[in-house]
Amino acid sequence: MPIIMLAKAAKGLAAGTEITVLATDLAARYDVPAWARMTGNDFVGESETDGGALALTVRLRS
Amino acid sequence: MHTIARYRYDMQRSRVYLDSGGSAPLSGRVADALRAGFAEGWADPARLSAESRRARALVDGSREAIADVLGARPELLHFTTSPHDAFARCIAGIHAARRGRHRIVVSAIERDALANAAAFTAPHSVDTVAVDTAGHVSIEGLAAALQSDEVALAAVQHANQELGTVQRLEDVARATQAADVPLLVDATSSIGHIDPPAYWDALVAHPADWGGPAGIGVLALEPHTRWLQAWPDGDDWAPGGISVPLALASAVALQEREEARREQNDRLAALVYRIRATAAQVPGVDVLGDPHERLPHVVTFSCLYVDGEVLLGELDRRGFAVGSGSACVSGTLEPSRVLAAVGALTHGNVRVALHPGVSEDDIERFLTELPDALDVVRKRIGAPHIAS
Repeated sequence: MPIIMLAKAAKGLAAGTEITVLATDLAARYDVPAWARMTGNDFVGESETDGGALALTVRLRS
Repeated sequence: MHTIARYRYDMQRSRVYLDSGGSAPLSGRVADALRAGFAEGWADPARLSAESRRARALVDGSREAIADVLGARPELLHFTTSPHDAFARCIAGIHAARRGRHRIVVSAIERDALANAAAFTAPHSVDTVAVDTAGHVSIEGLAAALQSDEVALAAVQHANQELGTVQRLEDVARATQAADVPLLVDATSSIGHIDPPAYWDALVAHPADWGGPAGIGVLALEPHTRWLQAWPDGDDWAPGGISVPLALASAVALQEREEARREQNDRLAALVYRIRATAAQVPGVDVLGDPHERLPHVVTFSCLYVDGEVLLGELDRRGFAVGSGSACVSGTLEPSRVLAAVGALTHGNVRVALHPGVSEDDIERFLTELPDALDVVRKRIGAPHIAS
């Protein structure tokens, strides 16, 4: 599950750090912004990689 | 037979059924009506004998009783073989009568059955109107979609089967009337639970959702709603005719619900309020839908770091049947349109839909088990700790 990997990656990182999730799972497009909202972080935006994967970026608040 | 008998035993002994969306346990009165329908209404209502006239009278009486609740004309209320078929025929029929106009406008959270019927009737010509995070259709978005003079019809649901959110149909209808576009209202989750919608040109309802039997749907049309037959000759709205017992039991179920509705609703709404408040306190749980403009008996919440199917299985093991709503079906990659449209997590969803037999004690037990069940499935998946 992409957001579990995201949550583990975010652990211990400083506020203001940006993390980009690369995903081929279509649900990640909705789940990453929902994760940011539910965990008090900020969703920055999405783009597409050259390989066609989704790139979803969040900024940590705490 | 053995399996059925054992299942009923389980249901009575310890099971708590909290998945009554589109299906609910039949009450004694409804089961009696089914039996009476088979005993008295076995003849083909389309024939001329006294037996057939008796069967037809049962259907006509059922139609009148349901039309009376819906505020519909009995002669324009049709039984169908399912709500799915009602959507398909209604959309195809109205679309066919709107020559030169081919587009269909739907909200982003319509049922799959309706959205699929629209896409089938108007391939690549369905316009989707966004909803806000509570699930209310954007009236500006709807008005913009209706600006085109190619729109055959619009479809907006009365209430959402997962979010529980009730649409502001007066505003919706003002937009469709201004554009002179017929409005199909999917009331398959609301009839028998809240007051019927006051604004529609065509309406679909689902008897099994109000405690009636499965296997029948209801379609109501307003006198001004034009349609053309878009299916083979010899078919009416229900190909091959409808089941008299199912029609009769549907009418009896609706009357029973309506008689007890106000008093039941206060009780169920209090239970839903309690679930919403308690679930919101659990770390990593998001309670969905409008907190006030909502169905009294439905509540959905989504849980971080949880596979919804695994959580359903864990709750089932503990004696509670809940739903996953339309959450992503295992094996498909397409996430739920409803959950995506309101910005909710597309996994880890639990839908609770109460029937009148659910007690306060059932809900207290459910709420006691829920955090522990969540803990178990989160640990199993290796979820990170969530700060409360």
